Amino acid sequence: MKFAVIQFPGSNCDFDLLWAIRDVMGAEAEFVWHDEKSLAGFDGVLIPGGFSYGDYLRCGAIASFANIMPEIKRLAKEGKPVFGTCNGFQILVESGLLPGVLIRNEALKFVSKWQALKVENNQSNFTTEYAKDALINLPIAHGEGQYVVDEAQLAELKANGQIIFTYADENPNGSVEKIAGIVNKEGNVLGMMPHPERAMEELLGGADGVDLFASVLKNFVGK
Amino acid sequence: MTKVRVYVAYKASILDPQAQAIKAATHKMGYQEVTELNVGKFFDFEFDAEAEIARAKAIEIANELLANPNMETYKVEILNEQSEGAN
Repeated sequence: MKFAVIQFPGSNCDFDLLWAIRDVMGAEAEFVWHDEKSLAGFDGVLIPGGFSYGDYLRCGAIASFANIMPEIKRLAKEGKPVFGTCNGFQILVESGLLPGVLIRNEALKFVSKWQALKVENNQSNFTTEYAKDALINLPIAHGEGQYVVDEAQLAELKANGQIIFTYADENPNGSVEKIAGIVNKEGNVLGMMPHPERAMEELLGGADGVDLFASVLKNFVGK
Repeated sequence: MTKVRVYVAYKASILDPQAQAIKAATHKMGYQEVTELNVGKFFDFEFDAEAEIARAKAIEIANELLANPNMETYKVEILNEQSEGAN
């Protein structure tokens, strides 16, 4: 499997994400600049955190019209894994690949810390390597991570098991139902505010992100 | 009660990278006809005061808080002038 790590102007977790998938997990991966028009030869997309286009207009709004986006949508439609963390999540909701939207944290403060999370669904393509109801720790670092979705879509997320991660203990940003990460109905597009790519080695504070990438490598091979 | 809307935007002489980025996005979407795009914001007030007093207060607030005269301009609009006196 070969992964594309998309770089937008203002991405700042791109190197972490490439390091996680390539150096730690041993998968094939390359940077792809947002202005490229093809993802030919790639089997998966990783969208990093950061502040694409300076968060102008709304977080992720301008990135969702970048030249590379039609190709990301094509891979998503083909059932290939598409993963977005932090600003990558914001881009996925703005581009319509995931429902809902992310707004300013309820307490109006940027939060940057290790956060306890609950794996709500360990049957998804992104979480099979986690134990059922596992409690894990991943870093969060965002100012606009309050997940908002209307009642009907929330009911659908619940009914389909699309809520993958929730914040354990306190809610750091006011997200509805403490939602930290969701997948699309088809199960191949994951967006989450926490940063699994920053939790890949015990030496660097924790390795709870490894199982997410291990799940992807296991469940999407040959698809 | 008077409803007042204050519009604030950059002066034409100020380069606004956000507006430039949004304009570039409209071109990527295929709207090549877009030649200029400016971004601003508006503030809706309700004043417990008559229209002319409300306007004067809004101008004070705009000068002191909402706009920075070094780089921004503002415009004050009374929204319910027609129904003045009805409340």
